[in-house]
Amino acid sequence: MTTEATGGAIPLSHSGTHRRSELQSSRLRSAFIFLIPMIVALLIVAGWPLARTIYYSLTDATLDNLYTGAKFIGFANYFAWVTLPSGRTFFSGILVDPAWWNAVYNTLRFGIASVVLETVFGMLIALMLNKEFVGRGIVRAAILVPWAIPTIVSAKMWGWMLNDQFGMVNDLLLHLGLIHDKIAWTVNPDTVMLSIIIVDVWKTTPFMTLLILAGLQMVPTDIYEAAKIDGVHPWKVFWRVTLPLVRPALMVAVIFRLLDAMRIFDLVYVLTPNTPTTQTMSVLAQQNLFAFNKFGYGSAESTLLFLIIAVMTILYIWLGKVNLSGGAK
Amino acid sequence: MAELQLNNVKKSFGAVDVIKGVDLEIKSGEFMVFVGPSGCGKSTLLRLIAGLEDITSGTLEFDGTVVNGLAPARRGIAMVFQSYALYPHMSVYDNMAFGMQLQGDGKDEIRKRVEAAAKLLQIDQYLERLPKQLSGGQRQRVAIGRAIVRDPKVFLFDEPLSNLDAALRVATRLEIAKLHHSMNNVTMIYVTHDQVEAMTLADRICVLRDGLIEQVGTPLELYEKPQSLFVAGFIGSPQMNFLNGQFAAAYKANTIGIRSEHIEIKDSGGLWSGEVVHSENLGSDSYIYVDIGSDMPLIVRQNGTTSKQLGDKLSLSPIDDSSVHRFDAAGKPMVN
Amino acid sequence: MTAWALTKRSLFYLAVIAVVVISVFPFYYAIVTSFATGTDLFKVQYWPHSLTLVNYLNVLTTGSFPRNLLNSIIVAASVVLLALLLAVTASYALSRVRFRGRSLLLLTILAVSMFPQVAVLAGLFEVIRFFHLYNTLWALVFSYTIFTLPFTVWVLTTFMRDLPIEIEEAAIVDGAKPWTIITRVFMPLMWPALVTTGLLAFIAAWNEFLFALTFTSSNDTRTVTVAIALLSGATPHEIPWGPIMAASVIVTLPLVVLVLIFQRKIISGLTSGGVKG
Repeated sequence: MTTEATGGAIPLSHSGTHRRSELQSSRLRSAFIFLIPMIVALLIVAGWPLARTIYYSLTDATLDNLYTGAKFIGFANYFAWVTLPSGRTFFSGILVDPAWWNAVYNTLRFGIASVVLETVFGMLIALMLNKEFVGRGIVRAAILVPWAIPTIVSAKMWGWMLNDQFGMVNDLLLHLGLIHDKIAWTVNPDTVMLSIIIVDVWKTTPFMTLLILAGLQMVPTDIYEAAKIDGVHPWKVFWRVTLPLVRPALMVAVIFRLLDAMRIFDLVYVLTPNTPTTQTMSVLAQQNLFAFNKFGYGSAESTLLFLIIAVMTILYIWLGKVNLSGGAK
Repeated sequence: MAELQLNNVKKSFGAVDVIKGVDLEIKSGEFMVFVGPSGCGKSTLLRLIAGLEDITSGTLEFDGTVVNGLAPARRGIAMVFQSYALYPHMSVYDNMAFGMQLQGDGKDEIRKRVEAAAKLLQIDQYLERLPKQLSGGQRQRVAIGRAIVRDPKVFLFDEPLSNLDAALRVATRLEIAKLHHSMNNVTMIYVTHDQVEAMTLADRICVLRDGLIEQVGTPLELYEKPQSLFVAGFIGSPQMNFLNGQFAAAYKANTIGIRSEHIEIKDSGGLWSGEVVHSENLGSDSYIYVDIGSDMPLIVRQNGTTSKQLGDKLSLSPIDDSSVHRFDAAGKPMVN
Repeated sequence: MTAWALTKRSLFYLAVIAVVVISVFPFYYAIVTSFATGTDLFKVQYWPHSLTLVNYLNVLTTGSFPRNLLNSIIVAASVVLLALLLAVTASYALSRVRFRGRSLLLLTILAVSMFPQVAVLAGLFEVIRFFHLYNTLWALVFSYTIFTLPFTVWVLTTFMRDLPIEIEEAAIVDGAKPWTIITRVFMPLMWPALVTTGLLAFIAAWNEFLFALTFTSSNDTRTVTVAIALLSGATPHEIPWGPIMAASVIVTLPLVVLVLIFQRKIISGLTSGGVKG
């Protein structure tokens, strides 16, 4: 039936030669009216502020002179140079700021590590939940708990558990003989990034698990039965059958998480002290914006972060479209 | 009751032409059936008449007034959908009353009409139930009831019986026929792919193929005087036997067609002879498949159970010359 | 059952237990800690030894924690209402009416939800100051829309897209205008989706930290997330773990209960937004 072709919406046939019927024009009009409030809201809450942030990034604003006297300085926040009378050139700006690149490095380090771990654990737990067994409902409920807990609370809870003096993690590891001295997980530069990753993985694996599980549940069970009859080893079944079929859902989940990880702020801010080892781009930008009173500079960093994420998002959508035309969707 | 006129109606979805130019007149009060293979455009045509799709070019007239620009609710039509399309959260009563409530009609007026329609369809004891508490057949009747309440000039049916099981289909078919009579012969347009439904319900049938009309006529006209090879093969079950090559040449035609009930088994000396390769016993009739050397075996109908067995050699002839349909190379009937 | 099968089965259940324990233990431990006080805090205990409510009393009676709780509830509820209101009509347009640029609009909305909060922080800060909303709850309701609205629109659009088209056509034949279709035909069928998105939006708003940190400055207007982050003890060097855990439990328990009750809905909401992509 023709309704299949129009996919869930009453189509608007654009007939060049004929005026539109009452029905279609009234629907178009309604659609317009319905969309306006949302679009306006988004413009005010997202569009305009973004534009302002970009604007500020081109000024030398501070919290004091936000509305008055912030001078336009072009791209100086990003990159500028000054040639001194002595002949030496002095470069300045975010692009040569070691703090910035350190933040980028930290963010990437964190992002990749946690997404990889979350994907692996997520996949394992999803596979587990895909089987029927006694107590499956309990497990499914249990894994929702980390996700339900506010990030701040997770940070505090784990901060407490990872506490060097009184924390149970140290206590447990000492008892098990795995370590000799108490480790200051959230303070020691060697372990602090690890702590953040641990907490983030604990908190976000449920989300990955659910997405992957949804993808797994779309795989028809007869495929597995056929493989069983054929006597295919379960490991092979996973790699050659399950994984390719789950790939679309997996890719969506991974990219989503990666983009999210790039923006991380809450966890780092609350769990760890403000050190160069853990400063991510968001944390750095926020610091410059408010703590250091370098509003323009902070805005520039925010803009750069936005651009990075925008490029990644566009790449993802573009790749997704390419996949759509050839691929499994 | 309304008389409809379609003038060179065309419909395209983007670059795809679905309806390629249809001229049709539907008489006031008649039961017109649109029939054709999948993708022929019959549903699209119905939706154009309903106003759920825009007509790309051409005009549609109800009683002489062009209605192209009118919204469905203003055309005086009512539609029964293939999947009933009942509002799942509303009771049967509310489902049927919805249209009138939107128009602001009075409560008593609404109650009168809904109860009358419900009684007509024998669903009056289900008025307070929800659709999910009803069987498929009952839901279909609610859908029809909803349409009746609108008191339409034109009744539109979009393959309403496809979702019912076979026995229910026959029973509901009868009810729809009775409905037509009891509603003072309101104009009804009915879409189906099942030619049995078409033959049994229609005053006239419109056979569509590929967005164009193949033939319009009464069931008997289509059956006895098909105007094309396509119609000849579409109407009638089992399909008409078609013979080419030497068999057709014997009648000086490109293709000949003969229905299974117009072939008789002779003791000897028949026009065609061959061996039985398959037989189907349906109790009331049987169909014997005979390989006479043509592309497809000839299907021969026999009353009751047949005595012929696999491998029997038979001699066959048409019962008379007039039951042999002759077609030229273009698939058009030849007139001697 | 063979020995190997038995071993496999045991390992599997061991893994299951491990997953459950790891997921739930931190919260359990926080509860245990919240019931401990004084020197008990300096010992690691896995079971509650003494059940004292001292920490809870501390948190609930000193400082503005109860006020913060109320703030969080008000903000989250208001944001949900606002988002649902704006999103319901918008998703009808996006899912049931075909128009040029529709997919572009949908993608843009999705893109907005990808904005790093920090990128709009500066701009929002200015807007909020401009409207004199700084340090009010309105600032939060206003700014939270940036992540609740796109998500709500997206999920509701996906749900509405799946509603059968014939019901809408029947309503059109009955003479219903789009507004009537939304309110009398679609909404009654969509309330599970509304509950789901409302819940997810509520949780996201409850959870939010950066905006709450930036746009409020006094204890009275703070929300619960900032309050917990800033909880400090009697002296600058003492971290009041007991009260912190008590506060954490208070803040989290309702959420956990809600999530467990509405498990299925939440899971379907999350995955419908995610699986389609």
